[in-house]
Amino acid sequence: MIEIRRHNAGFCHQCFVKHCRDQVARTVESNSMLTSQDRVLVAVSGGKDSLALWDILLSLGYRADGLYIGLGIGDYSSESAAYARRFAASRSARLVEVDLPGDFGFDIPTGSRAAKRAPCSACGLSKRHLFNSEALKGGYQVIATGHNLDDEAAVLFGNVLRWDLAYLGRQQPVLAEGAGFVKKVKPLVRLAERETAAYCVLEGIDYIVEECPMSAGNRHLGYKELLNRVEETSPGTKSAFLFGFFDKVAPLVGQVAAEERESLHACPSCANPTVSGICAFCKLVERASSNT
Amino acid sequence: MGHAAVKVLLRNPRRALEVPGPVTVASLLAHLDISREAVLVIVDGTLVTGDSVLDDSVSVEIRPVISGGSV
Repeated sequence: MIEIRRHNAGFCHQCFVKHCRDQVARTVESNSMLTSQDRVLVAVSGGKDSLALWDILLSLGYRADGLYIGLGIGDYSSESAAYARRFAASRSARLVEVDLPGDFGFDIPTGSRAAKRAPCSACGLSKRHLFNSEALKGGYQVIATGHNLDDEAAVLFGNVLRWDLAYLGRQQPVLAEGAGFVKKVKPLVRLAERETAAYCVLEGIDYIVEECPMSAGNRHLGYKELLNRVEETSPGTKSAFLFGFFDKVAPLVGQVAAEERESLHACPSCANPTVSGICAFCKLVERASSNT
Repeated sequence: MGHAAVKVLLRNPRRALEVPGPVTVASLLAHLDISREAVLVIVDGTLVTGDSVLDDSVSVEIRPVISGGSV
């Protein structure tokens, strides 16, 4: 029913679902991501990856709640929220919601213009901040995000093209907790996004297929297309690239990220960790507010 | 429209086209210059493999899986 060429294997429905859950269980265990006692907050967008992740963690017995952040991107945000809410209701799971326009007075289109940032940059910055602050507020031990093998390979490709050691040092399946930081994990790194989409189709998980209207021209999208062309002629390349990095290079560059973390201090406005002065999220809120 | 053909639904943006059948999934994707790694091919709510043959009158969805992607 579904072929996974990098494994040189085809799976029926049941075996494929088992394969996905086994891959996540293996990733969680081998990286000490979660314990059965942990309360985990799953960052949920209404898309295939985050809903597949939430479903798999629940099926593996973890205490997983969802966090949805309304970004104020017109109909796209209201539709994606509806998918997240429907999934939560279908599993009788708890969904925490934060609304950027309602709670912070700006949306991503306005914020990105005010801060002169690309929309994806303003969005990523806001989400990272709110994942951490909501997890701290709710007493969660771990934040889980739906970054998959393709996401991580594309980000790695971009970081290598620039030899950005600080970003390379932080690119890990697990970021340990620290002063002001909740532990962050990426349990889907062994699954390609074609697999998370197939998991949702086979398990009847309805997700938003339409993509964010602000993502057009996103750099990582181009990297993914490039890597997929290589993967087509040489199955397994993306996985070898990413896991070769984790095994052989990440230990060498991890020190850069550790040093950066040691230099962080609490933002005087929101108390989240930051490299200097007021944090980037508070600056974004300030600029967006002064433009509205 | 309405004559026998494979009816293809593409997403992001949503659009439809028809191609003559029978055709294999792999040939259809090659014809449309779509990477097999970047999509799922769905017939009647279930996934089909590259060697599946699509006969005339079959409706098939080619669903992109790349986040932010389009086909």
